[in-house]
Amino acid sequence: MTTTHDLGQPVMTPLAVADPGGLIQSVDWVAVAPPLIAALAALAVLVADLFLPPARKRLLGRLSAAGLLAALAMLLPLVLGDTRSTFCFTSGGCSYTADHFALAFQLLVLGGALLTVLLSLHTVDSADAEKLPAGEYWFLLLSSACGAALLPAARDLATLVIALEVATLPAFALVALRRDGRGAESALKFFLSSVTATAVMLLGVSFVYAAAGTIQLQGIADGLAHAPAQLKPLAEAGAVLTLVGFAFKTAAVPFHFWVPDTYVGAPLPVAGYLSVVGKAAGLSGLALVTTLAFRPYGHTWGLVLAVLAALTMTVGNAAALRQRADTPYGAVRLLAWSSVGQAGYLLVPLAAAGYADSAEPLGATVAYALIYGLVNLGAFGVVALVGGSGRLESFRGLAGRNRWAAFAMAFFLLCLAGLPPGVVGLFGKVVVFRSAVDAGLGWLAVVMAVNVVIALAYYLKWTALLFAPSTEQVVAPRRVPASLATALGLAASAAVVLSVAPQLVLQVVSGSLF
Amino acid sequence: MNAVLIALLVLPLLGAALMLAPIGDKRALRLGTTLTGATLLLAIALAAGFDRGAPSRMQAVTDVSWIPALDVRLHLGVDGISLPLLVLTALLTFLCAVYSVKKLPAGPGGRAFTGLLLLLETGMLATFTVLDLVLFFLAFEIVLIPMYFLISRWGSGQKVRAANRFILYTLLGSAVMLLGFLLIGVKAGTFDMVKLADAHGAGLSHTTQLIAALAILVGLAVKAPAWPLHSWLPDAHTAAPTAGSVLLAGVLLKMGTYGLVRVLLPIVPDGTATYAPYLGAFAAVGIVYGSLACLALARTGAKGDLKRLIAYSSVGHMGFVLLGIASLTPTGVNGALFANIAHGLITGLLFFLVGAVKDRYGTADLDTLAGATGAALYGRAPRIGALLAFAAVASLGLPGLAGFWGELLAMYGAFDPAAGLSRPAFVTYMVLAGLGTLLTAAYLLVVVRRVCMGDPKQPAPVADLPDLQGYEAASWTPLAALTLVAGLWPALLLGLSDPAVKHLLGSG
Repeated sequence: MTTTHDLGQPVMTPLAVADPGGLIQSVDWVAVAPPLIAALAALAVLVADLFLPPARKRLLGRLSAAGLLAALAMLLPLVLGDTRSTFCFTSGGCSYTADHFALAFQLLVLGGALLTVLLSLHTVDSADAEKLPAGEYWFLLLSSACGAALLPAARDLATLVIALEVATLPAFALVALRRDGRGAESALKFFLSSVTATAVMLLGVSFVYAAAGTIQLQGIADGLAHAPAQLKPLAEAGAVLTLVGFAFKTAAVPFHFWVPDTYVGAPLPVAGYLSVVGKAAGLSGLALVTTLAFRPYGHTWGLVLAVLAALTMTVGNAAALRQRADTPYGAVRLLAWSSVGQAGYLLVPLAAAGYADSAEPLGATVAYALIYGLVNLGAFGVVALVGGSGRLESFRGLAGRNRWAAFAMAFFLLCLAGLPPGVVGLFGKVVVFRSAVDAGLGWLAVVMAVNVVIALAYYLKWTALLFAPSTEQVVAPRRVPASLATALGLAASAAVVLSVAPQLVLQVVSGSLF
Repeated sequence: MNAVLIALLVLPLLGAALMLAPIGDKRALRLGTTLTGATLLLAIALAAGFDRGAPSRMQAVTDVSWIPALDVRLHLGVDGISLPLLVLTALLTFLCAVYSVKKLPAGPGGRAFTGLLLLLETGMLATFTVLDLVLFFLAFEIVLIPMYFLISRWGSGQKVRAANRFILYTLLGSAVMLLGFLLIGVKAGTFDMVKLADAHGAGLSHTTQLIAALAILVGLAVKAPAWPLHSWLPDAHTAAPTAGSVLLAGVLLKMGTYGLVRVLLPIVPDGTATYAPYLGAFAAVGIVYGSLACLALARTGAKGDLKRLIAYSSVGHMGFVLLGIASLTPTGVNGALFANIAHGLITGLLFFLVGAVKDRYGTADLDTLAGATGAALYGRAPRIGALLAFAAVASLGLPGLAGFWGELLAMYGAFDPAAGLSRPAFVTYMVLAGLGTLLTAAYLLVVVRRVCMGDPKQPAPVADLPDLQGYEAASWTPLAALTLVAGLWPALLLGLSDPAVKHLLGSG
């Protein structure tokens, strides 16, 4: 698989050889291209920011979008070709593998970041009081996306932790960028809880390393299976602590409390970004660690994740249900809680993977994450479009003011609820249900069924509000910024296409991931 | 033939999409009538081309892969069980569209109404034609959103509450039903309803069948609705606009009982046999409960709402359908399917009539309508009064009209249930059902007395009471005529359903 092989050089290179060129690790640049291009684009934006006159700063946003598009384009040869790995150890095993799992999550992360860029273009470029510093904003966003894209391809614990930190550290700053006081408080909350999670996770990682003797995910599975008896408690504690760390990032209950305040305080596109890309990063890490590294403990973490999933969806949906229509920032708050609920659904196939003792159910998580990411960012886009105080009440009668925005929002919400005409959302739920039933997790499937009904209650309330007669007099419709319209159009048409041909996204369920 | 069936589904869907375009409300309503009319013609063409010699065979079959990842196929077809329901659906939707052109309920306008009606029709027709469990679930769900908005935006009274209740109840049921479907799909390796039905539960262990049958039964019993899962129904019917009530009673309830016959009986026969006595018991209680509730509503001074009363009568009538299915005999299931169609025709007509009375009086409150002596429709609006009396006696099961055969056969099925079922239990249910027919006759006659008879000279809530209008006659006459035809010539329907039922039950 490695190029060392291809060149016919020995795999095991003794240190004291005469040929020092053989020591230089050869890197498969095509395999690492997607996160690398995002990183290069981030640096390019940062440097360009120094030299561009303020009037031309608008170019930075375009540059970021172009960088992400290029990174997305680089996924194509990888999808079409064979699985490629790079950064390989001479002892076997690689730190970076671009398999289908990694590519699907990279598609989600980079696509999500691209939509976020489109959603933010008009806020960053506008000249009003909420103006965000352009250069820093785009740099942070791209860096975070780079980390999140690196993460699903990481195959050792060190790379995993570094990638996760690259993904989250810029996110704190992104949240703090809003300069109305709320931003700083939200960022602090987010920062403290996240740093705690990282610390806990690092402790866990070190325990696991001590017990298994390696940081490679595949190696850990073998190491744990053959670990001496006296190291078992250490290994188990390490596994639990690592999982807790990832559960924080995924916002699984009871590690979810930072979510609503952080989302409300962050600039709106950033909240959307966190709900999709941030969650994807945590989730892909969780999936990798559980199904690859902790495979021998499958039944234990399977049960833990099943309970976490049940708690997460129930708490998230119950809290979302309690949102009143007239609280300030109610729309974002509702989306925040609903994203907690959705995280619960995303955890279900993970738990099923533990029970089934195979990675096969993960396909359902990947498919659902892709669908959720698309429609959730779309919903955030409409919230950005409506603007104002962000009360749910300000959506009343949107159909009269902006028909297409109302239809798009209704479609996104119904996709999130999983009810036709949002067919793709329905099939997303079907594959998740199927993974649970297949693994014999009947009780979790029933809990989820009840939660789907609870969730429908608030999604539907919102949908009905869109078409309710307006109480205030009709104001002249604001012109929708072109970038925002593009983002919404993209998300809505993609969701419609996927509703007609769900196979496009559901094929990840049947294919092999790793 | 299969092109006709596909067109039957695609036409209303395209029509619904068309309603997104900016067209005037009046024109949208007329376009809706044209489209539903064309759909009805397609349904009639399908029925005409149906090979009546082999109604147990799936005809007009289309079978193409849609989502290979989930093994979901676009598998469509009709047999003697689904064909009558298909025609009934197309007919009722068309009549509702015709009625709504002249009498659009107060709400946001004709374009949205027509779009939702067409989307609703797509879902209803799809339910009766798809032969894949996942698609069946999808079709089951398609009807929810349009019906929700029809109730919550064009309804009256506590409409939002009623609509919420309707959709949450039904969704809970269908989500549980989906779990049963998935269990079957995972264990049997296919979602294809024809293959699964031919297997008659082979390859599914007894435990699997028990769990799957329970999940599916609960889901469908909410939709049907079976007592005690019926409590969403009266509110939804009372609040819904006339077209919504007609389709809700005429078609949506049938989706539940159709699912029982199509999915539960053939695919998980062992599980069904275990639950059949309980289903029969709930059905018998439902019959008596529904008629007692109606009797209570029909009393003087009970402030009974006529729409609510007919909704409760639906609980009773659907009880007969469920009892017939629970007997697991060809006789009982045939009776159930016949009663399905009959209830769709008669209750559709009743809801049209009551809707018209409510439009004229501004209320459907029986006490307000009747006054001291009775509303005297015979004297003040003789044609409407006569039609109402006709529908009422059809509903109480007068021989010679459609309501008679289905309930008779369902009770006959319960009298001699399938082997393995406790005969004494089913005979008890039959006796209870017989008591139910008496109570049904009682409350319907009370209604006829209080609404149709009375002193025309007494002071009435409204002075001017127009009799039957042209559009009303156009949309009601077909239902009345078919009620008569089905009553006089039951072989028309039974000849279609009997071979198919025997095939599904594995005895023919």
